[in-house]
Amino acid sequence: MTHIALSNVHKRYPGGHQALADISLSIETGELVFITGHSGAGKSTLLKLMAAIERPTAGTVIVNGQNVGTLRPRGIPFLRRNFGLVFQDHKLLFDRNVFENVMLPLDISGFSRREGARRARAALDKVGLLHKEKARPITLSGGEQQRLCIARAIVHRPAVLLADEPTGNLDAGYAAEIGNLLREFNQVGVTVVLATHDMQLAARLKPRLVEIRGGRLAS
Amino acid sequence: MKNWLAAHRRAFTATIRRLADAPLATLFNITVIGTALALPLGFYVILANLQSLARDFSPQPQLSVFLAQDAAAADVGSIERRLKAHNGITSFRFVPRAEALATLKSRAGLADVIAGLSRNPLPDAFVITATGRDAAGLDLLRSEFAGWPKVAEVHVDSDWARRLDRLLALGRYAVLMLAAALALALVAITFNTIRLQILTQRDEIEVAKLIGATDAWIRRPFLYFGGIIGTAGGATAWLMIWAALLVFNGQLRPLSALYGIPLQLAHLTGADSVAALLFAAALGWFGAWLSVRRHLTAHNPI
Repeated sequence: MTHIALSNVHKRYPGGHQALADISLSIETGELVFITGHSGAGKSTLLKLMAAIERPTAGTVIVNGQNVGTLRPRGIPFLRRNFGLVFQDHKLLFDRNVFENVMLPLDISGFSRREGARRARAALDKVGLLHKEKARPITLSGGEQQRLCIARAIVHRPAVLLADEPTGNLDAGYAAEIGNLLREFNQVGVTVVLATHDMQLAARLKPRLVEIRGGRLAS
Repeated sequence: MKNWLAAHRRAFTATIRRLADAPLATLFNITVIGTALALPLGFYVILANLQSLARDFSPQPQLSVFLAQDAAAADVGSIERRLKAHNGITSFRFVPRAEALATLKSRAGLADVIAGLSRNPLPDAFVITATGRDAAGLDLLRSEFAGWPKVAEVHVDSDWARRLDRLLALGRYAVLMLAAALALALVAITFNTIRLQILTQRDEIEVAKLIGATDAWIRRPFLYFGGIIGTAGGATAWLMIWAALLVFNGQLRPLSALYGIPLQLAHLTGADSVAALLFAAALGWFGAWLSVRRHLTAHNPI
């Protein structure tokens, strides 16, 4: 079943920069896909289009059979809840502890506090941070912050995990750990889409590779 | 529905926690709002007290009904019967023309003048005490009595009531204007407070939006914030007035002992207090709503 489908998508930013041109790509449910390419090739933009953080200038983006372009603004939050997002810059909230960071998506989707806490602890356990639930994110190492970001992305059990450079700035050991985590999610049926230029990780996980060069699909 | 209620409860407790996290800022905000509200509320309390004082200590309003010179005893009798049956009056007294003349004569310096008159120029009269005190009601009575047969003229000593009415109306306008100006100030204060809140929570708002928060979810804690500091400000104003009255009434006690009358200022009635609190809450909420509308759309990811 097709989970995410882009057809003839163009993205031009205000000011004239053409980030993506004529991208057609379809991702099946349960697939593990790496979007690769050098910095500035348009990998992040592609992920943002999938999560309706950006809108295409031309072409259509379809998620779960829904055309993102024609979605009413009120519908966008509910579309986004299908995704778990791992951001390149983490976007952790430093004014609250690890546990509360993971609770945020559950609060947003209206989980009861008790059920939410149970799931948050399960997610933290999964990424090996349960013992740090009371810690402030600022006190965590880079790898731990990345894992916290993943815990927050998967805590509401999204159907798709979109991760932008999840192993960037991490040494090989941490990167391998993150890679294993992503593979585990994929193995339980989550569609995982990664934007990365970590070819070592690709060699280990053997995902479907989609390369972008200068805003276009390479192959 | 249960989820919706739980979401509200969570937004409420989160807001309380946020307020408690910055106790000094919260205290200052509430004090500023409280002071702004205490002014019009205080004036209102003074006005309400003046009104009730005026009601308690003003003389009963009286109407004087003068009969025509040619009114016979039968006419006097018929008017007396009508007055007895009338339910708008407390009491009345008949002043025959001879008695009026005698009273006039007893006044110093007038005896000679009156002695020079060939006949009594004074008419028979009724002095009537009305039940109602308001100027409009007295006017109504006057026109009614003036329409009766053999009534030449009706005088109402309602000038005092009219003046008081005007003065109190003026006072009410002043309070209203003051309240309007300070309500505006309150909205401006919450608007700005919420603007700062939004700026400090910018990251949180951005992340929440990215992971699927609805606008309502993001707006909710800020609206609660406005409503809560509005209500707390209203309560502060109430307490300020309460304290002021406590001091003031203490000072009034020796004075009222001297005059032999109970002079004490009363606080807002229960209903007025609740209305004032609700009003303050609504203003805070409104200021927050304006601010959220203005500032949340400013950095909307999509």
